[in-house]
Amino acid sequence: MDLYAELILEHSKRPHGAGLRDPFDAEVHHVNPTCGDEVTLRLDLDGDTVRDVSYDALGCSISRASASVLHELVVGRSVADGLAVHTAMRAMLTSRGTDPGDEDVLGDGVALAGVSRYPARVKCALLSWMAFTDALGRASVPA
Amino acid sequence: MTLSSTSAPAADTAAEPFTDAEVAAIRADFPILARTVRDGRPLVYLDSGATSQKPRAVLDAERDFYERHNAAVHRGAHQLAEEATDAYEAARAAVAGFVGAPADEVVFTKNATESLNLVAHAFSSATAYRALGTAEADDRFVLRPGDEVVVTEMEHHANLVPWQELCRRTGATLRWLGVTDDGHLDLADLDRVLSPRTRVLATTHVSNVLGTITPVAELAAAAHRVGALFVLDACQSVPHLPVDLPGLGVDLAAFSGHKMLGPSGVGLLWGRAEVLDAMPPFLTGGSMIETVRMEGSTYAPAPQKFEAGVPMAAQAVGLHAAVDHLTALGADGTGMARVEAHERRLVGRLLDALGELPWVRVLGPAGTAERGAVVSFVVDDVHAHDVGQVLDDDGIAVRVGHHCAWPLHRRFGVAATTRVSFGPYNTVGEVDAVVAGLHRVREVFA
Repeated sequence: MDLYAELILEHSKRPHGAGLRDPFDAEVHHVNPTCGDEVTLRLDLDGDTVRDVSYDALGCSISRASASVLHELVVGRSVADGLAVHTAMRAMLTSRGTDPGDEDVLGDGVALAGVSRYPARVKCALLSWMAFTDALGRASVPA
Repeated sequence: MTLSSTSAPAADTAAEPFTDAEVAAIRADFPILARTVRDGRPLVYLDSGATSQKPRAVLDAERDFYERHNAAVHRGAHQLAEEATDAYEAARAAVAGFVGAPADEVVFTKNATESLNLVAHAFSSATAYRALGTAEADDRFVLRPGDEVVVTEMEHHANLVPWQELCRRTGATLRWLGVTDDGHLDLADLDRVLSPRTRVLATTHVSNVLGTITPVAELAAAAHRVGALFVLDACQSVPHLPVDLPGLGVDLAAFSGHKMLGPSGVGLLWGRAEVLDAMPPFLTGGSMIETVRMEGSTYAPAPQKFEAGVPMAAQAVGLHAAVDHLTALGADGTGMARVEAHERRLVGRLLDALGELPWVRVLGPAGTAERGAVVSFVVDDVHAHDVGQVLDDDGIAVRVGHHCAWPLHRRFGVAATTRVSFGPYNTVGEVDAVVAGLHRVREVFA
């Protein structure tokens, strides 16, 4: 099956940037009410730059891998870049298999493309991204 | 032992599981079981606890109703209205007979969730009537500050959230019975939790996660000793065991049509006639009235009092066909006893196989005697969503998540479980298929 690409399994088993760290500007807690998956995510900003995203994700391999990819893609980059990656990720995940994702923008995240063919799993992959954009909003960053 | 106290007396003598030939014949009546999923794999449907599949007889009954008899029930004097009303009331009698009750003690609702909300709202309406002096209210349904509503930690959200909301509306206090490590209700809690302050005890008959069959007669007696009403969630029992609701000693019981081979959109509330009579209406409007004046209205006797608006006649007619179908699965009224025996055999085979896998942990009672037709488990280091996804890739449909019983999952320290649940059409081969699928899960994620 195309859902569990090797890269996804790798990220889910050895997630990048996992764990909650100090300091942070905003902390959010998101749940997926259909399955009970949860993520607590902290955002640490340095002006307009994402200095760190730290998180504690309780969930399936897809949601853990997606959080790991998120960390890899947005840390050290500008808030605007982070939001652009989020937009591209969301477009790919909700495309029902029509958007394979741009590797230049999404990096390892393109391995999540298979998720878009399984509508019930899209929320798993989006959970940490929704937490990330929520945290950006709470940290009062102009979008 | 638990079974003999919760099953209809005529039907709990050792019925035989279905033979392979009988299961094949049963399956042939369910068109959906012939389809394939995920690139041509045969469908292995192990999610009947969520909703059952429907035999052709149910589909035909609905179609026949619409093609030949369709009219608004309990309205009009034309021939179609008569026929539709007769069909709807015949369905009520059939469903009532299926659970050992008189026809006028069964209320049609949208689903079991609505049935339970109807009961919860009877309490808050009666409480408001009494507080405001605006209508008569039966003492049993009037809550006062300090009164308590008791549920259990193994309830489906449908038998928990309505009671939480009732407490918010009335100021009553919610309490609950705990669950033991082996998945039984902690009956030691009964004496600690139940008291003269308890006004209602609401529990499940069969846990939709653990499979546990609860000691209903004992719970009902305990509720009645302290003067409380007893409400039963029978969603996972009525489709799988012979159940005589009046014989259980409960006051009210909810179950759903779509889990017992019937259509979606029709649920049931059974209540002892005298209890239904004492309850205020829930949804109000047409059909449920006796007289209506601008200053106020009076209401029809139960069950009509609880059936406002044009009812789901075609679905009720489909459900009639469903209970006839279930009954006919065994000779001389043994249909449900044979369903129970068949599903118990499947549960036993699955429990035995899972017991061989050190990386699988089953929740709930270890043996089959105190279990209904569901088995939930966790696979070490693999989230239930991932388990379900790999099984789905093999064409196997199971339920994953918290199964609308989040507090129970929290009780067992797990976020989600994988649940296999059976219907009369499931085979021994399908049990083996899910076990083989679990080995594949292990390969993918190990």
